Amino acid sequence: MPAALALGFRDPVFDAQASFRAAMWALARPGTPCPLDVALAPPAPLAPEAAALVLALCDYETPLWLDAPLSAVPEVAAFLRFHAGAPLVGEPGEARFALIADPRAMPGFEAFAQGTPEFPDASATLIVQIEGFTDEHFTDGGFMLEGPGIEGSVRFGAAPLPADFVARMAANRALFPRGVDLLLAGAGHVAGLPRSVTVGEG
Amino acid sequence: MSAPQVGSMPDISYNFAYLDEQTKRMIRRAILKAIAIPGYQVPFAAREMPMPYGWGTGGVQVTAAVLGPDDVLKVIDQGADDTTNAVAIRGFFEKTAKVATTTSTTEASIIQTRHRIPETRLRDDQILVYQVPIPEPLRFLEPRETETRQLHALSEYGLMHVKLYEDIARHGHIATTYAYPVEVAGRYVMDPSPIPKFDNPKMDDCPALQLFGAGREKRIYAIPPHTTVRSLDFEDHPFRVQRFARPCALCGATGVYLDEVLLDDRGGRMFVCSDTDYCTTRQEEGHRGEMSPPARDAQEDAA
Ligand SMILES: [Zn+2]
Repeated sequence: MPAALALGFRDPVFDAQASFRAAMWALARPGTPCPLDVALAPPAPLAPEAAALVLALCDYETPLWLDAPLSAVPEVAAFLRFHAGAPLVGEPGEARFALIADPRAMPGFEAFAQGTPEFPDASATLIVQIEGFTDEHFTDGGFMLEGPGIEGSVRFGAAPLPADFVARMAANRALFPRGVDLLLAGAGHVAGLPRSVTVGEG
Repeated sequence: MSAPQVGSMPDISYNFAYLDEQTKRMIRRAILKAIAIPGYQVPFAAREMPMPYGWGTGGVQVTAAVLGPDDVLKVIDQGADDTTNAVAIRGFFEKTAKVATTTSTTEASIIQTRHRIPETRLRDDQILVYQVPIPEPLRFLEPRETETRQLHALSEYGLMHVKLYEDIARHGHIATTYAYPVEVAGRYVMDPSPIPKFDNPKMDDCPALQLFGAGREKRIYAIPPHTTVRSLDFEDHPFRVQRFARPCALCGATGVYLDEVLLDDRGGRMFVCSDTDYCTTRQEEGHRGEMSPPARDAQEDAA
């Protein structure tokens, strides 16, 4: 192990379990950020929250795609290969997980695996690094979410996101039960936007 | 952090909650997809567990993948915490994960269940894990997996309606009382596991997360909190739950699922709550039924 390689989970068993549970509740309650408490210090621009999700969920069975800012830094690939063992792939369509550091420039969802009618679960999970979430009391710039996991509707906002985010999510919802699932990670939290969610302008 | 040594049980490993980390990750990924596609059966590479399939190995694997050191686990079988199956599974996680266990529905963070949903309304911080023997609701109508997958893909559920309608033609009502099929979030038809149809309405808009594990059939599926779950029915034959003529003989509860208990060999019997924690808690609160002992003894009887 090179001296420069940042450490992984302090406790591989319980940190992975806690990170998974945060992701699980995040997808079970779309739009409600769940605390993700990890002490990782991965190489920039990989953020600790996104790194925790990859270490908890990915391994040699899950091809992983990195966006341009992440793949430009060899230490990021080294960190992910060493701690998660996930094969890195160059084509987004081959990935089970995608790690996105620059959401504004992320590829269209159609670039990723969206599952088949018989096996809609054979689709990508996008781990999207964001700078922060807007709390539920703000009044503009956010979205209104509805769907399974949400009692009535919930207001949600995160930044940065692509300008056409609502249209992307509408197209994703229209594919249901196919589609991609999003985990938005940052600011010590993770929020889930599964394919089942309906995203409207706030 | 590792599991305790358990002496004479060589099949218990030293992994937390028995499963190795790679297996847990695989199951966890399946759980996340199951939540994202409510009611859809996600295939997973089920592992051999140190217990027979009929003992709920699917539910055990889901619980093992979800469980953390701070969880409080409750295990019920037909509503009771003290059956052989429930005691064995509780003991399994006490040994392999050293987690706290309880018989109280309100104290539990994870409830693994076979054949019942607790009477106490679940909370939004709770996880209900069902043990599922046959996850495919269309299996008895179409034995071929490739065909049932196709039917789900096309939302082609006419066969299921025909089956239920044949019930009506034969019996005058829908005779299915267990594993009564439901439609989840307006899309997938799902087997709720062999719970009495009495419990079906509890799945609808339930605040808790509901996870289903089938070990032999290697399927995981889920219902997120606050999801619409509709029992299949017909306009002229709406879905109805079982009704009981009398309240619980021990706690006086109405609107709960009752089990028949034989009292003697001369046909004497009484009906009591199937959910033993619910019944015991009510008795401790002073509720009484027609077979309750005199008031002063009620506390001892419940303990
Ligand atoms: Zn009772």
